[in-house]
Amino acid sequence: DHKSHKKRRNSEPFAGLSDVSISEDIPVEGDISVPVGSSRRDDELSTLDEPVKETILRDLRAVGNKFVHVLYPKRSSALLRDWDLWGPLLLCVTLALLLQGGAADSDDQGGPQFAEVFVIIWFGSIIITLNSKLLGGTISFFQSLCVLGYCIMPLTVAMAVCRLVLLGGTGMVSFAVRLAVVTASFGWSTFASTAFLTDSQPPNRKALVVYPVFLFYFVIGWMVLTFSPSQ
Amino acid sequence: MIYNSKFEEAAELLSADPGASTLSIPATNSPTSASGGGEDVKLDLSEDEEGHEESSELLGGQKPGGSFWTFEYYQSFFNVDTMQVLDRVKGSVMPLPGRNFIKHHLRSNPDLYGPFWICVTLVFSVVISGNLSTFLSKKGDPNYHYRPQFHRVTIAAVVIFMYAWLVPVGLWGFLKWRQSTERQIGGYSILETVCVYGYSLFIYIPTSVLWIIPYEWVHWTLILVAMVISGSVLVLTFWPVVRDDTRVMAVATVATIVVLHTLLAVGCKLYFFQTADPVQKPTTPPPIHVTLNTTKPH
Repeated sequence: DHKSHKKRRNSEPFAGLSDVSISEDIPVEGDISVPVGSSRRDDELSTLDEPVKETILRDLRAVGNKFVHVLYPKRSSALLRDWDLWGPLLLCVTLALLLQGGAADSDDQGGPQFAEVFVIIWFGSIIITLNSKLLGGTISFFQSLCVLGYCIMPLTVAMAVCRLVLLGGTGMVSFAVRLAVVTASFGWSTFASTAFLTDSQPPNRKALVVYPVFLFYFVIGWMVLTFSPSQ
Repeated sequence: MIYNSKFEEAAELLSADPGASTLSIPATNSPTSASGGGEDVKLDLSEDEEGHEESSELLGGQKPGGSFWTFEYYQSFFNVDTMQVLDRVKGSVMPLPGRNFIKHHLRSNPDLYGPFWICVTLVFSVVISGNLSTFLSKKGDPNYHYRPQFHRVTIAAVVIFMYAWLVPVGLWGFLKWRQSTERQIGGYSILETVCVYGYSLFIYIPTSVLWIIPYEWVHWTLILVAMVISGSVLVLTFWPVVRDDTRVMAVATVATIVVLHTLLAVGCKLYFFQTADPVQKPTTPPPIHVTLNTTKPH
């Protein structure tokens, strides 16, 4: 039977394919349609077509998700894998704005200027990232910037709390409260960022990488604590 | 005759450089190299050619990998572990006579981690402690309104970084020039010089924190202690290199090192810190000028 099949049809193309047999109890069904060539463009068009609110909300949700991860620092990779720099920018601008309006802004005896806060936060993060990479860390440049930026969040919250407390007065009680809040948030920031960063460092250099992070948040905490309102 | 001339040649070479590595023959080891005596017996090839020959030691011996424009080149300057950095810091705080910081602690593995982060920490410790000491000294004054004085960060950063990076480069250049005119063998690479200066600044960090205590005698005692420790680290490191020079130049070089170091300490103290003597009126500019005129050393 096999040979007769072959003799009859050996001049036809795909002759061997006729030997393939499919048992009949497997239903074979489907839809063969040739792709028109626009299915990929369909994906891109679909994000172009979506309402702007959708696009913005998706990014905002990603940023908010990372904030939650900073609040409960567990060993998750959301901050590392899907890094973005929107969160750090937002936090940096908020912190710099909240540090304005302090005592004697016009002369230079006062607190940090807007640009000084920016420089400290961004150049500080870049230098810490370079430091950890030079010591042999395996984290990528932007992932590290992302982590360091997001972990400023507790200190920004502390700044907002300090400004509220300062509305009530500037005495010893208010200072004690501010000191407690700033110390707690400084500890939280350092703990959260080291939880994310130390995994990628070589084991006998972890302290060398953690110390600059500690110094960085200490300086930011100092700026928050010494904010004094104009009178 | 041939034997005689060769012996003379060898004797000449040895007398020209008593610190060179020699094998056995105790009679020819020069007894004048007493202070570095312990080090000279070791087969220390890194003394040759300004520290570029590095590979014979077990511990160090790393050459900068890659060209100037690659990342690996800079990674070679950060090739230290936590324990090594702590050991170097300890060595800068406890200088022992006969322990050359570069030979004993750096061992051909100078790093830039220590100098850089010690400078950064020193900048912030000086500014923050200065701010606190100003606050404490003016606490009794009802007109005083607390200010963070953040502009001091810029000033402190410029001064400290320029000192810690330009002075070593200048010193290295000067020593190189003296070497070329005096045919000395020995001397340190630019990285080792920067490294020893950076680590020698470490003692100023606790000193600046202790300067918060608002008494003048405390300040000057602390300056004295810090100067002795920090200065002796530098002197012990550079004296073996400089002593082969003429007496005048050697003393002048070491004196310049010490004077510059003193200027840094005293300048920081006078600019950033104020004391609260109960006798004095709380006006700031005159006391600074007064102490400058009456208590400036030499």
